[in-house]
Amino acid sequence: MSTKASRSAARLMISPAVVLLLMWMIVPLVMTVYFSFLRYNLLSPGATPWAGWDNYYWFITDPSFNDAIWNTLALVGGILVITVVGGIGFALLLDRPMFGTGIIRIMVIAPFFVMPTVSALVWKNMFFNPVNGIFGNIATSLGLQPIDFFAEIPLLSIIFIVSWMWLPFATLILLTALQSLDQEQLEAAEMDGASWSNRFWYIMLPHLARAITVVILIQTIFLLSVFAEILVTTNGGPGTATTNLTYLIYVSSLLQFDVGMGSAGGVFAIILANIVAIFLMRMIGKNLDA
Amino acid sequence: MARAVSTKQKSINTAIAGTLGFLMFFPILWILILSFKTEEDAIRAPLEVLFSSGWTLDSFAAVQARSDYFKHFSNSVIISLGSTILGLLIAIPAAWSMAFVPSRHTKNILMWMLSTKMLPPVGVLVPIYLIFRDTGLLDSRTGLTIVLTLMNLPIIVWMLYTYFKEIPGEILEAARMDGASLREEVLYVLTPMAIPGMASTMLLNIILAWNEAFWTLNLTAAKAAPLTAFIASYSSPEGLFYAKLSAASIMAIAPILIMGWFSQKQLVRGLTFGAVK
Repeated sequence: MSTKASRSAARLMISPAVVLLLMWMIVPLVMTVYFSFLRYNLLSPGATPWAGWDNYYWFITDPSFNDAIWNTLALVGGILVITVVGGIGFALLLDRPMFGTGIIRIMVIAPFFVMPTVSALVWKNMFFNPVNGIFGNIATSLGLQPIDFFAEIPLLSIIFIVSWMWLPFATLILLTALQSLDQEQLEAAEMDGASWSNRFWYIMLPHLARAITVVILIQTIFLLSVFAEILVTTNGGPGTATTNLTYLIYVSSLLQFDVGMGSAGGVFAIILANIVAIFLMRMIGKNLDA
Repeated sequence: MARAVSTKQKSINTAIAGTLGFLMFFPILWILILSFKTEEDAIRAPLEVLFSSGWTLDSFAAVQARSDYFKHFSNSVIISLGSTILGLLIAIPAAWSMAFVPSRHTKNILMWMLSTKMLPPVGVLVPIYLIFRDTGLLDSRTGLTIVLTLMNLPIIVWMLYTYFKEIPGEILEAARMDGASLREEVLYVLTPMAIPGMASTMLLNIILAWNEAFWTLNLTAAKAAPLTAFIASYSSPEGLFYAKLSAASIMAIAPILIMGWFSQKQLVRGLTFGAVK
């Protein structure tokens, strides 16, 4: 139905977005890859000789690299488990009939709208502080030794904070998916004598499978880049206990000014994120055809 | 047909969900309370805080006096509104043409745009930082607005596309049958139907830009720092500051919390790229 004229008009309308995104993607990407092969430190200006694979070699053999990889995996994995399991629980709960659904749902979802630096600092000071924090207060009043969260269990503390922010996201998406479930199907199963756990395992969970996958993939993309929460609470420490890949790259590029090594790390991060992205894109693409 | 549920069962559900919801919300409620307390009261044991008599607005005044809060607040407003409006201006024509004049490339373009969103920001931190340093965009609102526009452009295009897609084609045909010109068709038929979608896209994007904390922390210093970076300056404690931190936090998150409550549904659509409906 579209005429030749309208088609060329359409092309003209898309082009600003396409050109800008192309530049936004290609220019920095090419620069990152190029820098990663140079010996280039902002503190030692002058020549930036070709370094071959040296930056990659130094980045990967640095002892903090190993820690950063494990911390990244623990961070992403831990938060995914908490938010997906908790999100399914919350979604099932909020889907039930109750009074004041609107208010309760708002309370559950609110943490998602809190900016990362605020939630990190609030948890750090008002809750995790061993002297003045609420958890410390409760422990002391029960006669227990308060935990110094960021000294004793730093990574777990960060997992906790970030989970608090992402649990609402998982809940919201799983709840949306759950509400599209055909109620008659559930009622029929109930009339046939299926127990609640059978209805959950054989009807609800399979129905949620797709939404769960989407939650896992999207969160993984964002969680690989957790940064602000680490910066304002532990600065990656103690030692490298809370340094993830993103934070390690930040340290080498903007604190040690090692452009070459930071870029090598950047290439590494891009590859890691792309592995996840391929699966996510495939799922979204399928939905586009339907 | 929904089943009849006993009031007792409903009450039990309410009690369980209400308790858990309260726990999730508690940190926000707590800083709201602390923000109206004096610094001395704010570090007392939780129950003492609650029953301490003094309620004061001092902390809000102190935050403004200490660090020029409104400068950072207006930075946040300018950057998030600016990047959203700029993004909409670029995205509306693109999404419009893909939804109403689809070609065989449309799907590929959409998927490619999405793929740019998958690029981890830290992967391009070094080049963006150097480009900004060399062009004088470091610590400038212009620079940050540009970065956030480009960062969220794929989400805007996608959301608008899914909204435009839902406008039924029959309506256009009917308008054409009635003799509407292309201009009238766009102005009087399409635009009114597209406005709600555009509004929700705008809302979600303002929220995302307001809370963005990677680029804002890395590309700004004192001058252009929005609230995300301003709050981070509270991470080095200097004496008693719980009440001030609470007051600053409440002012930083209140506008977005309110907008967020209105955009729950759009959030799902916007952040899952239509994969969950």
